[in-house]
Amino acid sequence: MTVAKKAVRKFGHPGKGRRGARYEGKGRQVNGEALGEIQALLGGRPRRRDLLIEHLHLIQDSHGHLSARHLAALAHDMKLSMAEVYEVATFYAHFDVVAEGDKAPAPLTIRVCDSLSCEMQGAEALYDAVSKRLDSCVVRIVRAPCMGRCECAPVAEIGHHHITNATPESVLAAADDGQTEPLIPPYVGFDEYEKNGGYHVLRACLNGDRDIEEIIATMEASELRGLGGAGFPTGRKWSFVRAESGPRLLAVNGDEGEPGTFKDRYYMERDPHRFLEGMLIAARAVEAEECFIYLRDEYPGLHHVLADEISKLEAAGLSEGTKITLRRGAGAYICGEESAMLESLEGKRGEPRHKPPFPSQVGLFGRPTLINNVETLYWVRDIIERGAEWFAGEGRNGGKGLRSYSVSGRVCEPGVKLAPAGITVKELIQEYCGGMAEGHEFKAYLPGGASGGILPASKGDIPLDFGTLEKEGCFIGSAAVIILSDQDNMRDAALNLMRFFEYESCGQCTPCRAGTEKAVKLMSAPNWDHSLLQDLSKTMMDASICGLGQAAPNPLLTVLKHFPEDLT
Amino acid sequence: MSDKINFTLDDKALEASAGETIWQCAERAGIEIPHLCYSKAPDYRADGNCRVCMVEIEGERVLAASCIRQPSEGMVINSANERATTARKMVMELLVADQPPRESSHDPNSELWHWAEQMGQTESRFPARQTPTADNSHTAMAVNLDACIHCTRCVRACREVQVNDVIGMAGRGANNKIIFDFDDAMGDSSCVACGECVQACPTGALMPAGGVGKIQADEQVASVCPYCGVGCQLTFNVKDNKILSVEGRDGPANSERLCVKGRFGFDYINHSHRLTKPLIRRDDAPPKTGDMDIDPANPLTHFREASWEEALDVAAAGLKKIRDGADGKALAGFGSAKGSNEEAYLFQKLVRAGFGSNNVDHCTRLCHASSVAALLETIGSGAVTASFNEARNSDVIIVIGAHPTSNHPVAATFLKNAVKRGAQLVIIDPRGSSLSRHASHSLQFTPGRDVALLNAMMHVIVSEDLYDKEYILSHTEGFEQLRDHLKNFTPEEMAPICGIEPDKLREVARLYANADAAIIFWGMGVSQHIHGTDNARCLISLALMSGQTGRPGTGLHPLRGQNNVQGASDAGLIPMFYPNYQSVSDSAIQNDFEKLWNAQLDPERGLTVVEIMDAVHSGDIRGMYIMGENPAMSDPNTNHVREAFAKLEHLVVQEIFLTETAFFADVILPATAWPEKDGTVTNTNRQIQMGRKAVDAPDGVMPDWWIIQQLAQRIGLDWNYAHPSDVFAEMKQCMSSFDNISWARLESESAVTYPCDSETAPGNDVLFSDGFPTPSRRGKFVPADIIPPDEMPDAEYPMVLSTGRQLEHWHTGAMTRRSQILDNLEPEAVAHLAPNEMARLGIKPGDAIEVATRRGRIALKARADTGIPKGVVFVPFCYAEASANMLTNPALDPVGKIPEFKYCAAKVEKQQAQQQNKPL
Repeated sequence: MTVAKKAVRKFGHPGKGRRGARYEGKGRQVNGEALGEIQALLGGRPRRRDLLIEHLHLIQDSHGHLSARHLAALAHDMKLSMAEVYEVATFYAHFDVVAEGDKAPAPLTIRVCDSLSCEMQGAEALYDAVSKRLDSCVVRIVRAPCMGRCECAPVAEIGHHHITNATPESVLAAADDGQTEPLIPPYVGFDEYEKNGGYHVLRACLNGDRDIEEIIATMEASELRGLGGAGFPTGRKWSFVRAESGPRLLAVNGDEGEPGTFKDRYYMERDPHRFLEGMLIAARAVEAEECFIYLRDEYPGLHHVLADEISKLEAAGLSEGTKITLRRGAGAYICGEESAMLESLEGKRGEPRHKPPFPSQVGLFGRPTLINNVETLYWVRDIIERGAEWFAGEGRNGGKGLRSYSVSGRVCEPGVKLAPAGITVKELIQEYCGGMAEGHEFKAYLPGGASGGILPASKGDIPLDFGTLEKEGCFIGSAAVIILSDQDNMRDAALNLMRFFEYESCGQCTPCRAGTEKAVKLMSAPNWDHSLLQDLSKTMMDASICGLGQAAPNPLLTVLKHFPEDLT
Repeated sequence: MSDKINFTLDDKALEASAGETIWQCAERAGIEIPHLCYSKAPDYRADGNCRVCMVEIEGERVLAASCIRQPSEGMVINSANERATTARKMVMELLVADQPPRESSHDPNSELWHWAEQMGQTESRFPARQTPTADNSHTAMAVNLDACIHCTRCVRACREVQVNDVIGMAGRGANNKIIFDFDDAMGDSSCVACGECVQACPTGALMPAGGVGKIQADEQVASVCPYCGVGCQLTFNVKDNKILSVEGRDGPANSERLCVKGRFGFDYINHSHRLTKPLIRRDDAPPKTGDMDIDPANPLTHFREASWEEALDVAAAGLKKIRDGADGKALAGFGSAKGSNEEAYLFQKLVRAGFGSNNVDHCTRLCHASSVAALLETIGSGAVTASFNEARNSDVIIVIGAHPTSNHPVAATFLKNAVKRGAQLVIIDPRGSSLSRHASHSLQFTPGRDVALLNAMMHVIVSEDLYDKEYILSHTEGFEQLRDHLKNFTPEEMAPICGIEPDKLREVARLYANADAAIIFWGMGVSQHIHGTDNARCLISLALMSGQTGRPGTGLHPLRGQNNVQGASDAGLIPMFYPNYQSVSDSAIQNDFEKLWNAQLDPERGLTVVEIMDAVHSGDIRGMYIMGENPAMSDPNTNHVREAFAKLEHLVVQEIFLTETAFFADVILPATAWPEKDGTVTNTNRQIQMGRKAVDAPDGVMPDWWIIQQLAQRIGLDWNYAHPSDVFAEMKQCMSSFDNISWARLESESAVTYPCDSETAPGNDVLFSDGFPTPSRRGKFVPADIIPPDEMPDAEYPMVLSTGRQLEHWHTGAMTRRSQILDNLEPEAVAHLAPNEMARLGIKPGDAIEVATRRGRIALKARADTGIPKGVVFVPFCYAEASANMLTNPALDPVGKIPEFKYCAAKVEKQQAQQQNKPL
């Protein structure tokens, strides 16, 4: 008896076969065409994990969004899992992930800043007016957090083009005209900077004319402190990192996202090489193999400026021994937190790390890393040239050094004010800002952006410096001073700030993720539950992983304390 | 000097070891600190995100998460003061605010509710967030994100522990969300259903589907998984004599991990097809034919129920009649690599002492016979030289001819862990897999050209002087001969044959030879060829010349297939060896066993699996006893096999289901399934592990050892074992590999690796650091030449057919296709083809196709698989309705006698008339 070999004989089988077999492998399959598009777009760029955000920018910029088919292809091409790509893409506000079958956003996006300084200047009315007059098929309008141009509030961004002192008319006109590219104001270029004595100090460091130990000693003596907000003595930080075993790295925090802060942009837009020279001196001081500049995506013009100027200084041989890498943020305030920035530089979600270990020990890619803010580095050359005493000699009311106060709100002349450390807000308004704006009476101020708390005018004589405001439940942070007047409601201000924190919380830890969300809900109620808000605040401050959650209750608590009349 | 750290916790002076966290020290000191995002399970990194374990460290501005913070010298910590407890309660209040009420929660006994209750915080004053909707798209698991606390234990489970990389945390802030792939439904995602996330979840957000997680078990039984050779230890949660659910246990091979089969594949034991009464073929049954098909739900069309007495009498009488009528060589037995060591030992003893021949074999012949032959020939030991967990110490890991993500899923997780740690993974395989993404080098070479590729690599190592001269000098022999032999195998000459660029061959050869510690894993892609022994010889030579054995992180590891294929082979379930690889043709050894067993033994080696089938056709073998094997599905050219079975005068089958092999039985003896019995098994790592009975077998079913003994007694053997432990004790008398390993020790330790140096020492993970168990104490180089596959593609059969397994189904599918979840995941026969090949053939994914070879033709569905190379069709062999082995070529490796399952000429055609696969 021979079984027929040519005919198919269907035997019974023990399966129930309730379902049909999959026709493909498990999960989403990579589309060959999409893979081709991604490979063409990425070209010869390395497929390293830390470049994920850069590659996502590339796709977002050229296609206007991140389609699932492109993301799957990118994951495949970078040998990453789909989840790894998706969770990063959805963390950052500037990426638009579009699932199969979902509608892609309109080709042009208008972002209207809704942070406090802009809200005070009518951002909400601007948003409403513009959105009513837009064709939503062609243009999408969204609210966005602080764009770092608070001195000319309200601000809107059309594509990558920022409109300051925006009106519905100016915004719509720019959108109609297709003005979507960033404006680049005139600045001191490489040649001019060098002609005026620039890079002298760096060259002296490079050729050994200047001793690194001496430079670090100078930095210590100058009492220069971390101007990103933490105020850690710069010279000491340099020595710490230098003491760690190599290879070491330097990361520049250019993610100036604290609402009300715009000083880093101000300096980079005018004199980028002063910052870059400071960076290269710092790199020399800690013998960093590579400098990473993490620039927030809200400063697209500066990205061009820095890219151009870095290539010039590289061509001049000034970056010898140190590779300079410019990286773009993607719309996440939390990446201004130094360890979140490191995560982002590694191509991941910007979730702050636990400390210890500190970045000076275990930093970027696990290496000892010096992290400095842009402005901190901006002062390095001047301090070395003019001497530590020049910088340390400045100051008022017990403060030491100079501070660049970003002043916005109800003053006559908002802007970056280079003033002695320790100046009081009243002095700042009077001496540097031409007094209050017309028709406004000084009522309150934020000494340090969204997270530094809110103080009443009656507390206007406290020196503005590191360590002076803490007893009031406040801090100076990045010295973003926002002035509020009798026409501003403190309850609205506090809610605006808490909404910002809710929006920007990375969501990693419970007190911040759930705390900001619950606080917004409680603060949106007609009557605030004071005791629950107090209890919640205490735990947010005590138990959050990073400064965002720890400081988020500051405005809430100070408003509860100082402005009960605005709460009823 | 002590390297301990002294600190104070709640006024207690404590010591911490380096790396210990505050939480761990507190636990040791009996101080209970709540925890949710922190899991004590092995390999789970503390993440410190939930903040329910906050403690106060004096002098610090904010509180610290005790699960992630390590104490430093002199630190003063308060875990119980008001500040710490207030913060922890508030965190819990925030979490509870967003939970479904406990009464209606998905898991009222979850860790979350346990701690909420402990802290007196089961209520919340906060408004709740919007409730996410449930995702019930997966057949095995339910996703209820309304209970999610964003603790990321599932993310770590999926990404860091099992490295299946499906789960992520997407979005930001309060909009954070656990996602699968691109926020796809779990059932549509790339999830492989290992269930690690379910085991990790502290809230019930991820649960077994169908609500079984809510049911409280009566009993938990520690045992071991019956599927693959990894040997995962597990816990059966039992209620009312039913297995409710399964959890991973911290065994040496699995560290609490399981795969989809081990976690969700146990309901087969309750399947309605279970054989519960002995069956005798009806006198009026239709005559046996090779294409016979019997409905396993209704065996009474061909069989009648019988008492155990009658069935055993008929079974034994039939065997005895054939034995007594011939010279004893007319009987053969197939034992099982799915049974215990004790059962394997009894089975081979029955054949040798009772049938009077060495005609005993099992499916080891079909998986690693060639590997074992090569290993015994060269290094004197057929088992792995190092456990797969040694990959943790490797710098370079080669995986060749193996798909561990499908076939050894939990072993694969440890390889992926090693890659995450920084090891380089080299995959050498014609077929791509999900492991390829983790590889630093992926060599998709021409099927069947292993020797060309490996010889070229060795040529590079020799010609570039990368070999380990000292090691070769002190530990090997025959190097000069191999060196001369390799001269002609230049990468340039071999590249066109194996399909890999010369530079790539060089790169990988250098990588392996220069590694501080490199290990080689191989599977049946290496062994199942007519040159399988040569393939293995090359791998062994590669390791020997590079000095990559005998040290941590180095070695040779053939990934053994069945849960007990190592143990069954060790126990002598092979025709040429008594237990522990003692040759049947050595008269001194024969004498020893004759004494031990009180029997006359045959000095001639017996026939192997495929040889036995041929001997049935030729009339030399007329009766068989088959226990727990399904050659009618698993052997090559099954039409030929089934015709052989139809010819047998007497066939006794001992089984749990009416398998395709049992169709041909004269007597069927219903046996116990794995969770119904005690016994030891030996995994691929040489770890002997204790399997414990978790549930009672159905009425009428008897333990396998008892059945074998009953038959033995009826054919004249004086056996009187009372329990498997008696058998184990006898095995120790003739198996030195069991030295220092007693039944009692296995009962208390659950696993011991052999060889083991003392009754208290752990066994040896890495072997042969100072010599090999060969007569010269040296490892031998055996050169290999290129032999083409037996049946090359031609005009009529232009493609290559390769066969193998799928993740969800085990071997011939007898167990897994009767498991509801596994059947739902892979319900019908598919052939895997490359998408561009399908386009060429005019086939769309899901089309009905036919695959044919010179031996047969099957009909099944086409599945697009980007891992399949051009010109190849891959068919899993678990589907009875489209049995891949009807097509395979029974050509044998001359040494290992293993058939060439991985290569034969085939054609693929689109089926014209759609034919539906009807379940029975």
